[in-house]
Amino acid sequence: MNSDRFYYNIIVAGFGGQGVMVIGNLLANAAMIEGKYVTYLPVYGVEMRGGTANCTVVISSQQIGSPVVGKPHAALVMNLPSLIKYEPLILPSGLLFINSSLIEPKETYRKDIEIFSVPVNEIAIDNGSPKLANMVALGAFNQKTKLVQMNSLFVSLEKVLDERYHHLIPSNIKAIEIGAKFVQSLP
Amino acid sequence: MWPFECGEIVENQEPEKILAKGNEAIAMAAMDSRCLLYFGYPITPQNDIPEYLSKHLPALGGEFIQAESEIASINLLLGASATGARAMTSSSSPGISLMQEGISYMAGSELPALIVNISRSGPGLGGISPSQGDYFQATRGGGHGDYRMIVLAPSSVQEMYDLTCLAFNLADKYRNPAMILGDALIGQMKEPLIRRKCAKMDLPVKDWALTGAQGRKPNRLKSLYLQDGELSEHNWKLHQKYEQMKKEEVRFESFFTEDAKLMVAAFGSMARVSKTSVELAREEGMKVGLLRPITLFPYPEKALYDLSQRVKLFLTVELNTGQMVEDVKLSVERDVQVYFYGRPPGSLPSPEEVLEEIRKYYG
Repeated sequence: MNSDRFYYNIIVAGFGGQGVMVIGNLLANAAMIEGKYVTYLPVYGVEMRGGTANCTVVISSQQIGSPVVGKPHAALVMNLPSLIKYEPLILPSGLLFINSSLIEPKETYRKDIEIFSVPVNEIAIDNGSPKLANMVALGAFNQKTKLVQMNSLFVSLEKVLDERYHHLIPSNIKAIEIGAKFVQSLP
Repeated sequence: MWPFECGEIVENQEPEKILAKGNEAIAMAAMDSRCLLYFGYPITPQNDIPEYLSKHLPALGGEFIQAESEIASINLLLGASATGARAMTSSSSPGISLMQEGISYMAGSELPALIVNISRSGPGLGGISPSQGDYFQATRGGGHGDYRMIVLAPSSVQEMYDLTCLAFNLADKYRNPAMILGDALIGQMKEPLIRRKCAKMDLPVKDWALTGAQGRKPNRLKSLYLQDGELSEHNWKLHQKYEQMKKEEVRFESFFTEDAKLMVAAFGSMARVSKTSVELAREEGMKVGLLRPITLFPYPEKALYDLSQRVKLFLTVELNTGQMVEDVKLSVERDVQVYFYGRPPGSLPSPEEVLEEIRKYYG
């Protein structure tokens, strides 16, 4: 995104444990590295693994007012409850990114937005670990939207992940790349 | 290393921009302000503060104490402050309620310290969602007696850092407890942060501190005054401090005021949401501005009064059912219409929803 004035927001949502907060953190950190203004707002009340969790990321070339977004430009949804909650809110001609491993694409109803499906769990399992599904989703989403540079995401892993997980950075980078390649390979 | 000179600021070690959580920014600011004593008891949504400090304070030679309760925490804080050291506690609404007795004693004994309230929703145990329901408690004393607390309301992660540094300085300047009032939104949100040095302030020497009376007359810190006329005199002295704060420490941010027909007044998290609403209103051609009090005590009464000489419509936006709106009404000229849009805990208003209210009253 090279335009002078730039404003984009996205809601990332799924079950607690699917890693939606990590996706949001990485996008926010990558945008910050690139000199953008950014806010990251997590919403996880009493939810834990299995409950629902979501976060809102706003990226802008200007100072950001509200970190709360009513109608997002894009939603990345990892499970069905999140689809039901966020599909109606997306701005017309916005982007709905769904995890088609857990959501049947026929569950969607909007005709005025772009719907983009990636079976992130299957791709992650085929490439070594189901735990990497969120990184596959992030790679695919970012390849689709070109929100930040891939390299900014890779650099951000070191900042966002706790040191005890740093040995997993190479496999996470690989999963982001696999997600991106999947999108590139689409017709 | 301990005890430290008051007001001594640690050299900025990390001028690089980091993506930090609001709560963490408070903890970093405390360390950078040479506050190395923390007492607290866990409660959501402020746990990132003790988590961060428990990890970092011991390595700096400080003390992190998880007390058995909030009542113990505030009294540990009172004791630490009495020695002249910089010290803090943090909690969330029900925990802050438990601390009120201690806060009143600290105000009465003129003890400086930082108390952070990353408020949750009430009344009672309520919930953990963002709320601004503690505005009255923070600005009206909360505890018993005729006292005031310096109350700062950050609305960004950078301000969580900057205002924490300022709160320590103001507390020392006035020998008075200071509070940071945030909520789950500002506390849990992440934004770029620079750990910049806070502005230097000339601070009085803490010659009142209890440091051992060798070679000098013993100091005495108390809030009990039973002699004839003594307590009245003490209260007048406190009152003069509060009046001085009103003169010297008011801070606020205003935005698009020049030609405004309607002013939105909001603090903390709601000021962030309202700022976008004001921008959206401007795009629609409505002349709308925003006034954001940064100090909730002392309150920017004069700024509101001055504005109300030419702006006759005010809309107060809060994450409660109407608290700060009373201060807006007390501040503005009598011929001004003050409207209110509030949300009880449970959901956050979007900028579009606040915009809808602006349209309604703009006429």
